[in-house]
Amino acid sequence: MIWSEVVAAILLILGSALLVIGGVGLLRFPHFYSRLHAGGVIDTLAAGLFLAGLAFLFGPTLGSVKLGLIFVFLLFTSPTACHALARAAHVAGLREPTQAEEEQQWQK
Amino acid sequence: MKHSISLALFLAALWWVLSGFTKPLLLGLGVVSVLFTVLLARRMRVIDAESHPLHLTWGLIRYWVFLIKEIVLSNAQVVRLILSPSAKIAPHFVKVQTKQETDLGRTILANSITLTPGTVTVSIDAQDLLVHALTKETAQAVIEGQLDLRVPADAEQPT
Repeated sequence: MIWSEVVAAILLILGSALLVIGGVGLLRFPHFYSRLHAGGVIDTLAAGLFLAGLAFLFGPTLGSVKLGLIFVFLLFTSPTACHALARAAHVAGLREPTQAEEEQQWQK
Repeated sequence: MKHSISLALFLAALWWVLSGFTKPLLLGLGVVSVLFTVLLARRMRVIDAESHPLHLTWGLIRYWVFLIKEIVLSNAQVVRLILSPSAKIAPHFVKVQTKQETDLGRTILANSITLTPGTVTVSIDAQDLLVHALTKETAQAVIEGQLDLRVPADAEQPT
């Protein structure tokens, strides 16, 4: 095993762990808006680590450049999707639950 | 004009990276499609300093480095909140004022806020951003306006 594969493995494992954590967050957080933030972890760091890990597997080839491009496009598209969701909920009148309701949910 | 040339160069680079062809015939077809695309974009009048902010290039690259550091830090914050069994989250909306004067600057700022986990821009109205934050700590960075200060300002007026 060469060092670049070791680095790739570490990055991919970290990325997968973050995906699981993001999933846990989606389930654990109590309300629409707070769940959006858990999704943000998957969108940014988990995806970034995955792409970096794959780039280490490819080595210095065109494939790695394409992975870099995917990351740049993600930086543009994922906040747009996230904002669209949040704005749709806001415009539709979804309100933030009060502190008491929130804590009740969080205890469950 | 310089925007058209830079768009053509950018498209050519993109075409080659995505295809990887080196045969003269295919390269020729690539050149034709790049020129056709630039021509179309010119006729649609979508090539300007806003859609293709050349004057911000270096500022944007420096900003991205800072933004990626910021994304990693706030990711760590949110991951800690998800994993710790006793963490209190306090989702709430905050209104913040931005110093950005151009639409481009405001868009960059709003997207950056959404991109950092823990804060999402919900709506924007002139200089007011409505931001949803997961906790007081994640809101703090937005209220202090560190991102706002770093957004590359228009050094020269768009022409």
